[in-house]
Amino acid sequence: MIYAVVSLAVLGAIFGLVLGFAGKKFAVEVDPRIESILNTLPGANCGACGFPGCAGYAEAIINAGAPMNACSPGKDAISKKIAEIMGAEAGKANERKIAQLLCNGGIGNAVELYHYEGIKDCHSVATMYNGPKICNYGCFGQGTCAAVCPFGAITMGAEGLPLIDPELCTGCNACVRECPQKILQTVEISKLVHVRCHNKDKGKDAKAACKVACIKCKICEKNCPEDAIHVVADSRGSVAVIDYAKCTSCGICVEKCPTKTIEKVLPTCADLPERQDKFNPENPTCVTCGICK
Amino acid sequence: MYMREVLVIIIGAVLVHNIVLSQFLGICPFLGVSKKLSSAIGMGAAVTFVLVLASLITWLLQIFILEPLNITYLQTIAFILVIASLVQFVEMVMKKNTPDLYKALGVYLPLITTNCAVLGVAILNIQKSYGLAAMLANSFGNAIGFTLALILFAGIRERLEEADIPQSLQGVPIALITAALMSVAFLGFTGLL
Repeated sequence: MIYAVVSLAVLGAIFGLVLGFAGKKFAVEVDPRIESILNTLPGANCGACGFPGCAGYAEAIINAGAPMNACSPGKDAISKKIAEIMGAEAGKANERKIAQLLCNGGIGNAVELYHYEGIKDCHSVATMYNGPKICNYGCFGQGTCAAVCPFGAITMGAEGLPLIDPELCTGCNACVRECPQKILQTVEISKLVHVRCHNKDKGKDAKAACKVACIKCKICEKNCPEDAIHVVADSRGSVAVIDYAKCTSCGICVEKCPTKTIEKVLPTCADLPERQDKFNPENPTCVTCGICK
Repeated sequence: MYMREVLVIIIGAVLVHNIVLSQFLGICPFLGVSKKLSSAIGMGAAVTFVLVLASLITWLLQIFILEPLNITYLQTIAFILVIASLVQFVEMVMKKNTPDLYKALGVYLPLITTNCAVLGVAILNIQKSYGLAAMLANSFGNAIGFTLALILFAGIRERLEEADIPQSLQGVPIALITAALMSVAFLGFTGLL
């Protein structure tokens, strides 16, 4: 009995002392700011900032002088908090980006090559004749982007194309990396005009594969007042591409496009400060469309 | 002759009496850390390291303290004390001296504190009254067996993610069925020794 009590007490004391000394001897100095920045960040580990997860970003701010406004899901509020911790001015967070799909070839628009009834995964279907549509550039519609989205911003619509919720999307690029067709891209939320096609085949072939394909007619290019849209050629072919740095979302190309390939989306006012006065419900000129809600 | 004995113990521990699939120890990390192959390898490496070290220390504790003082009934609590402190200690040393390895093992290292496979092997070593070499061989073999089971299971689960599984079986249910089938498959090694 005595032995049991004493030996366990001695063992416990020895281990306690060893750990205590080890804690001192092997202490690694960690900047306490890393911890508090980590607690501030959203914790989604989405990688939008370009660092491996929120912990990686927090460390990079302290150790590598990473910018304090790189967290796009966190928006301005988070970068302000980080700046408080760092005792500096954060600068305005970059404008929020959201994902846009470069395809409108849903059911009814794109012609099916075969009907696919298999594993719901775009990478799987890609191995079979480059997907279930005649168009080899478009969306496979198996929802891999929706599955990978950490914010639940993507749902698969009735047409078999992903629908991206601009309120939930944080522009983290998870879907952009995952899409085997590379037809998702993140664009500033204030940019409203998008080419919904990535087909690089010749106009005639593209048109045969999909009703709303880009036929490379260059009408958009000729009519753009800002020189912001071009039919860009590469080794696979050519397709209309918008230069978002120049695009003013005027919508002329949307009207002129003979195949209705180019689309103008409705703005979500909540994210557009410059539009807030126009759509503010308290402003008499507001049309109270409710989109901003 | 001696070499052969050690080899038999190792093969027995890895395949025949696999710690996870035949003795059902360490099921928690087996199900918890087997979603990705990379983390399974990390966990396996961490367990191998800690298991061999912990077995050695608990064996020494048993031979030189518990048995002479005739207090072997304190085995469980004393071993838990050793394992928990050891994991903490190893974590501290690694963090200071080999930060790369520490980062690679990450969260799996502290998780091992509660891994019953470590305690299980330590106690089995005593029960079978192994000598030093046999004890080390058994611990190493069991750790490799754990790693093997974990890696195999993680590989299968990565494929399960893509498979078309009935809704009621998705997730943990199909993982448990898979684990059961793996266990049955490992029964096939019974006649090996």
